[in-house]
Amino acid sequence: MGAEFVQLSLTPILIGVLAAIACALPGNFLVLRRQALIGDAISHVVLPGIVVAFLMTGAIAAVPMLLGAAGAALVAVGLIEAIRRLGKIEPGAAMGVVFTALFAAGVLMLERTDTSAVHLDVEHALMGNLESLIWFSADGWASLVDPAALAELPPELGRMAITCAIVAVLTLIFWRPLKLSTFDEGFARTLGLPVALIGLGLVATAALAAVAAFDAVGSIIVIAMFICPPAAARMLTNRLGRQVGLSALIAAGSAIVGYVAAGYGPIWLGGGDSVSAAGMIAAISGLVLAAAARFGPCRHRLGAGAEAV
Amino acid sequence: MSVADITPALSVQGLTVSYGQKPAVFDVSAAFRPRAMTAIIGPNGAGKSTMLKAALGVVPRLSGEVRVFGQPLSEARARIAYVPQRASVDWDFPTNVRDVVLMGLYRKVGLLGRITGAHRRLADECLARVGIEGFAGRQIGQLSGGQQQRVFLARALAQEADLYLLDEPFAGVDAATERAIIEVLKGLKAEGKAVVAVHHDLSTVGAYFDDVLLLNVRRIAAGPVEAAFTAESLQATYGGRLAGAHIDQLGLRSA
Repeated sequence: MGAEFVQLSLTPILIGVLAAIACALPGNFLVLRRQALIGDAISHVVLPGIVVAFLMTGAIAAVPMLLGAAGAALVAVGLIEAIRRLGKIEPGAAMGVVFTALFAAGVLMLERTDTSAVHLDVEHALMGNLESLIWFSADGWASLVDPAALAELPPELGRMAITCAIVAVLTLIFWRPLKLSTFDEGFARTLGLPVALIGLGLVATAALAAVAAFDAVGSIIVIAMFICPPAAARMLTNRLGRQVGLSALIAAGSAIVGYVAAGYGPIWLGGGDSVSAAGMIAAISGLVLAAAARFGPCRHRLGAGAEAV
Repeated sequence: MSVADITPALSVQGLTVSYGQKPAVFDVSAAFRPRAMTAIIGPNGAGKSTMLKAALGVVPRLSGEVRVFGQPLSEARARIAYVPQRASVDWDFPTNVRDVVLMGLYRKVGLLGRITGAHRRLADECLARVGIEGFAGRQIGQLSGGQQQRVFLARALAQEADLYLLDEPFAGVDAATERAIIEVLKGLKAEGKAVVAVHHDLSTVGAYFDDVLLLNVRRIAAGPVEAAFTAESLQATYGGRLAGAHIDQLGLRSA
């Protein structure tokens, strides 16, 4: 755990932790609103938007990618409405069709275009490039206080830290309206709360987290972190505040344990190469969810309506 | 004192609401008195809840005007308390009873205001008024149907409003809860508040309420119970769905 760890593992772990937390925070409210698949949907739609933004600007930069992702989300919403109305089918089916089709279009575009110069291909879209976000100029823990080395931290770290901070601050400021409108939308409306705007803001915040995280860690982590940590935390507590705090802890823990297990697990088990960190992090969060579903203290409903579920 | 002399607690003019092609509520005008309890009754699908929600802006209205104590809705929200149907929320939501009651204080504490001891005491007083003071720390998923309804009523009390709108407050609750709720509502009326409730039990209309609005998409009849709650208006509201024998049991005078 010395110089090599700081250079090779510290920044990927930090980026993974920040991405996981940024996705898990809005994920809590999406899960409670039974909109968990919105997170899934966003991370799919984001891909073609990012590819188009890249093709137009020729560079991987945060602002064009965010705009591209937002544009793709708008196109997706328009398509969903059109399919739902013209085809007269339920919104869930229209969503499923649009998101998978757009994601597939994104994959094809990626394949047919020359993106060899940058970290943008199908594999990265799914699994990110967490392992490559290393801190070249670091040569030990002392680098943490060395301005020259700090200046060469991977830019994804700063981007992810800012995103995570924005998501956390928004969650804190709008805690009460989010909680109220998630629990009892009708009542929230009678108070004059802009319920539709709050819902839109939540999805937009989730999209921000998804776009920022997608670039660094890929869509597998994004999808897993929107759902697994919040769902596991829900079964560990009956208080919303504790649930959100626990979900952040589970997300961070999954990122750390997953990264270490992916890097060293196969070696410890006598195997050869390491495995995908993104895949391992998502798998760990799934295991935590399974454990919470089996052993969590708040899995059961006791009062009225228990038999109806 | 005639009804026309006082500003109604709630008045709707030409209210029309539609969920699709067919209107759920059509051109309904009605006024609800303060210091009175009014029942909105009608068959299933008559638009009772929809009318209440449209009056509150919970569902959009196609046309119509709503006034609360003579003011537009947007200026009078602080004077309104709303008790939605129990089944409209997910009781698995991770929160406890006192927290739900504190939601009634949102307009007072705002986005970031501190919840103080005084707020908590008010919440606990409201729980005591509905008779479940021992449940403040209880997870809401562990409540019975009657207890859920009492929590919602306590939240409305915490709003310290002048107009209380309740959507089916007695639906699926036990007899003790029904008695507790009606006592609270009568107490509100005694304080001069207006109470409007969507109600489905015709046999208790006379005992519980002062006024009645009979609704079946359109307004059928309205007024004091003894004048408007007649066999004829019930027949007109429910049509063939209400057997003559049932109406006879209500012991109504024929107008």
